[in-house]
Amino acid sequence: MAPLDELFPRDREWQPPALTPDYKTSVARSPSYPLLSLQNSVSETTGPVFGHDMLGPLDNDLLHNYATPGESAIGQRIIVHGRVLDENSRPVPGTLVEFWQANAGGRYRHKKDTYLAPIDPNFGGCGRAITDDEGRYHFRTVKPAPYPWRNWVNNWRPAHIHFSIFGHAFAQRLITQMYFEGDPLIWTCPIVKAIPDDRAIGQLIAPLDMNATVPLDTMAYKFDIVLRGTRSTLFENRLEGN
Amino acid sequence: MQPLDYQKETPSQTAGPYVHIGLAPGAAGFDIFEKNFCPNPASPTAAGEHITVEGLVTDGTGAPIKDVLIEVWQAAPNGAYVDAPTADFTGWGRIVSDFETGEWSFDTVKPGPAEGRSGHGKMAPHITFWIVARGINIGLNTRMYFEDEAEANAADPVLNLIEQQHRRATLIAKRTERDGKPVYRFDIRVQGDGETVFFDI
Ligand SMILES: [Fe+2]
Repeated sequence: MAPLDELFPRDREWQPPALTPDYKTSVARSPSYPLLSLQNSVSETTGPVFGHDMLGPLDNDLLHNYATPGESAIGQRIIVHGRVLDENSRPVPGTLVEFWQANAGGRYRHKKDTYLAPIDPNFGGCGRAITDDEGRYHFRTVKPAPYPWRNWVNNWRPAHIHFSIFGHAFAQRLITQMYFEGDPLIWTCPIVKAIPDDRAIGQLIAPLDMNATVPLDTMAYKFDIVLRGTRSTLFENRLEGN
Repeated sequence: MQPLDYQKETPSQTAGPYVHIGLAPGAAGFDIFEKNFCPNPASPTAAGEHITVEGLVTDGTGAPIKDVLIEVWQAAPNGAYVDAPTADFTGWGRIVSDFETGEWSFDTVKPGPAEGRSGHGKMAPHITFWIVARGINIGLNTRMYFEDEAEANAADPVLNLIEQQHRRATLIAKRTERDGKPVYRFDIRVQGDGETVFFDI
């Protein structure tokens, strides 16, 4: 049997812990026993593959993928682009990236969202892309607005876009959120601050990228995503090492 | 000293209450993509023993987590993970619970025993779970094993890592039958009495 493409262990001091009491919902939704550490088997080092046949032509254009033909979503037009890399700085090609967000008023198109900002009839709020050979993805959308949520009496989420990324191994599976450079709400948010290290939070803040803007048309933000890296097998593990 | 030039993994954030918009828009209440993902890792015409897997995810107070989203990854009936999906079998499923009750279910074929780590023999048939929801800061990983595989379960290298033997039972789905079809019940307790074993994979 060929050696497994084992992943670097997840850095649990960089990742948010399960229990973060200031984010109240985590209190009853966090395991109280420690996670059992598993060395990778094929169940963790393999994962699903998605082909381009899955995508429609407008899947990465949120300005238009839910709009009446000839119309467009309302709000500040932005491009979000970046690369999916691993911890070895290698591109992760051919992987599915999904994204979803509130509209330019801070309202989600979801039957459970009752915030009073209006639904935009031309905005669905979700899209997806598959990374190219160099791990790049891009999409076009409107900048989402902050919205209030029930935690303390007066909590507002910083403007954000949710991301889901697969990678090539099920153990690389990741969900996260992208924030926008300069948003003062980032540092007030108990969900953001579930991440203990400010440098790790910085990894979620997308800078304005003037080089990627379309003059007279669309602003741009750059958001790179790093998935767990693959370990090269320098020496085989001994059996006793599990 | 030279710097170690590894990058850091992007930190996780909760999927939030509206995860369905991005990952299962039909469940959020609208139709947007031409092609949507299927909850089932195998189609009704796939080869193998057809089964239903169902359960409820509960929080530390015992209440159902009604907004949970689950993804599963499994080997084919021959024990191999597929590297190219076919119309009959992808090995992967994305499951949304009923918003009213929290109950979830999917249909698949029973996986075969996959190869364990080098020198450890085969693993008992199992399905890998990844669980996200509002309040879950980083996806929870666990495995579901099958009650009717007692012998394989007893030899499974992962189940045997669980020091408290009675906790191994939290990963073993109970087999029943409905309309002549096997149904495995796999309730997941995120916290508290009978807490499911979760893995750092
Ligand atoms: Fe959100």
